[in-house]
Amino acid sequence: MDRQPLLSVRDLEIRFRMRHGDLTAVNRVSFDLARGDRLGIVGESGAGKSVTGFGILNLVSKPGYIAGGRLLFEGRELTALPEEDLRQIRGNRISMIFQDPMMTLNPVLTIGTQMVETILAHRAISRAEATAIALDRIRKVAIPSPQKRLQQYPHEFSGGMRQRIVIAIALLNSPALIIADEPTTALDVTIQADILELLLGLCQSEKMGLILITHDLAVVSQVAERIAVMYAGTIVEIGPTAQVAGNPQHPYTRGLLGALPQRVPRGGRLNQIPGMMPTLTRVPEGCPFSNRCTLCEEVCRRRVPPLEPKAAGCLAACHLLD
Amino acid sequence: MFAFFIRRVTQAVFVMLVISLIGFTIKQSVGDPLREITGISVSAAERDALREKLGLNDPFLLQWGRFLARALQGDLGNSFYFKRPALQVILGKAPATLELVFSTSLLVVLLSIPIGIYAAVRPRAWLARFFMGVSIVGVSIPVFLTAILLIYVFSVGLGWLPSFGRGELVTLFGGWQSGYFTSDGLKHLILPSIALSSIMLPLFIRLIRAEMKEVLETDYIKYARAKGLKPGRVLLVHGFKNTLLPVITVGGVQLGTLIAFTILTETVFQWQGMGAMFIEAVDRADTSLIVAYLVFVGALFVTVNTVVDLVYGLVNPMIRIAGRR
Ligand SMILES: Nc1ncnc2c1ncn2[C@@H]1O[C@H](COP(=O)(O)OP(=O)(O)O)[C@@H](O)[C@H]1O
Ligand SMILES: [Mg+2]
Repeated sequence: MDRQPLLSVRDLEIRFRMRHGDLTAVNRVSFDLARGDRLGIVGESGAGKSVTGFGILNLVSKPGYIAGGRLLFEGRELTALPEEDLRQIRGNRISMIFQDPMMTLNPVLTIGTQMVETILAHRAISRAEATAIALDRIRKVAIPSPQKRLQQYPHEFSGGMRQRIVIAIALLNSPALIIADEPTTALDVTIQADILELLLGLCQSEKMGLILITHDLAVVSQVAERIAVMYAGTIVEIGPTAQVAGNPQHPYTRGLLGALPQRVPRGGRLNQIPGMMPTLTRVPEGCPFSNRCTLCEEVCRRRVPPLEPKAAGCLAACHLLD
Repeated sequence: MFAFFIRRVTQAVFVMLVISLIGFTIKQSVGDPLREITGISVSAAERDALREKLGLNDPFLLQWGRFLARALQGDLGNSFYFKRPALQVILGKAPATLELVFSTSLLVVLLSIPIGIYAAVRPRAWLARFFMGVSIVGVSIPVFLTAILLIYVFSVGLGWLPSFGRGELVTLFGGWQSGYFTSDGLKHLILPSIALSSIMLPLFIRLIRAEMKEVLETDYIKYARAKGLKPGRVLLVHGFKNTLLPVITVGGVQLGTLIAFTILTETVFQWQGMGAMFIEAVDRADTSLIVAYLVFVGALFVTVNTVVDLVYGLVNPMIRIAGRR
């Protein structure tokens, strides 16, 4: 087995060109992902999770751009790759699953077309062979009568079925990595667990790496081996799931855990973090969390805390931990 | 789909009834049918007898019914000036107009799609800005001015292209006189087609650009890119196919405008089509011919729109399904 990680993100910085100067949505984010491993990225809405996900595909939409950092995937530097080489990686070595399956699938193309094209974009095989692969993947996501399903349009599917199709599309070219951006958020609560279980099972059986992006720490603890907590564009804590979810270090992660609905005793008040995550134009100097942190001290307002080892296998960015 | 088909055809029939009613009302209030068949030397008593015999004193609805029945058999009355059935006169002139409309539509389609897509993909490029600028100017200049400018530059000034008439024609089966098969005929088509397209082209470029820009912002386009599809396929199959629906609808409606503007264009270029004929008919107060023109063009318009809507149903899976249920 090679020791090199599948994906190595180093100091990734993604900015958006705005009228009043640039806005840093992803600020020096670093993490590694080993082959077949599963990483969860959690954080409130607007923390920069999706932008990070698209950044890995080098597919940040305008006016965004990768301002710095490195993205080493299977030994190749994605930030420096020509567009055609990137295209051959997207949907082939790295697949992406978006949040809302109704917005993701093209309404005027059949499921078959949308599956077959994904294969033919990367492999020189016949349409019949591609269709056979598509059928196989539909079976893998447990959708009945795949033959008939191929000829149907997205609106003929329920939300859950659509997301199963999107997962099937992600599997088409047997990628090494799947990036799933809030894959269950838009779905009915009753089927969220099913979809998550399906995704987890497939990643295990096909030995695919997974980056699961979500705002729900409970979801990510079920699936991921490691968790990265993002706040205002930075990773504030990263480590093994048991550590981050069981013994959180960073005050923000602790607050996030306290805010988990399951932990609240019946009738008890939800232990929420006071205030809101700042918009990117108003991130405080020093620690980005300082203005909401109940423990905040003088040093927190002055210096940005580095991401350092704090507890077993765990990195956190906080001045007050040692 | 079948229910949708029936519904759409029923609507078309209803619209045709309304058109025939309008046409018939014009005929009743403006024209004097006796003028078509009698001379000046007929006495008042004879006229009254004839009026009674022709049923011109019958109730309005009954007469409209008769008008409809005759129209269905292809009888739209006689042209006072040509002394021939009005429909025959129109059919003789129709090929000129239809060929002009067809080459104009072709020009609009062939230019607006690539330019519209280009302007949507590269909105800041100077060429895209140039196209958008020109299209603003184009849309604000009246057609007859464009036509006269074209004639002034390309016929009078440069002497490259003929300025009037249809040139050398070839008679096809059914007596269709076509200018498509001789180089002279094609040359004569150029300036009128450009003049006529000058109203549609800016509209379509702007429409396609706007729709395409909106589509390019959607998640499914980003997803198509994330699947690693080739840029051309993302743009044309995933992007343009989704803009096709509104474009087809507007296209169907604008065809009516196009036909209306042939009246001006044909007059300027002395193009011997239905449009020029209509102006002459108005000059001569040839009521039957005017009404026949309205009914004929109305029928053409309704037919095309119905076909367009049915095609729309084929392109749009939602309608297809809704119709199937
Ligand atoms: N198209 C865009 N234009 C400008 N800013 C953007 C754009 N997309 C994202 N951002 C900025 O990036 C931040 C992070 O967005 P995102 O990654 O989508 O958050 P989330 O963690 O909810 O997925 C947003 O708060 C916003 O400020
Ligand atoms: Mg997001």
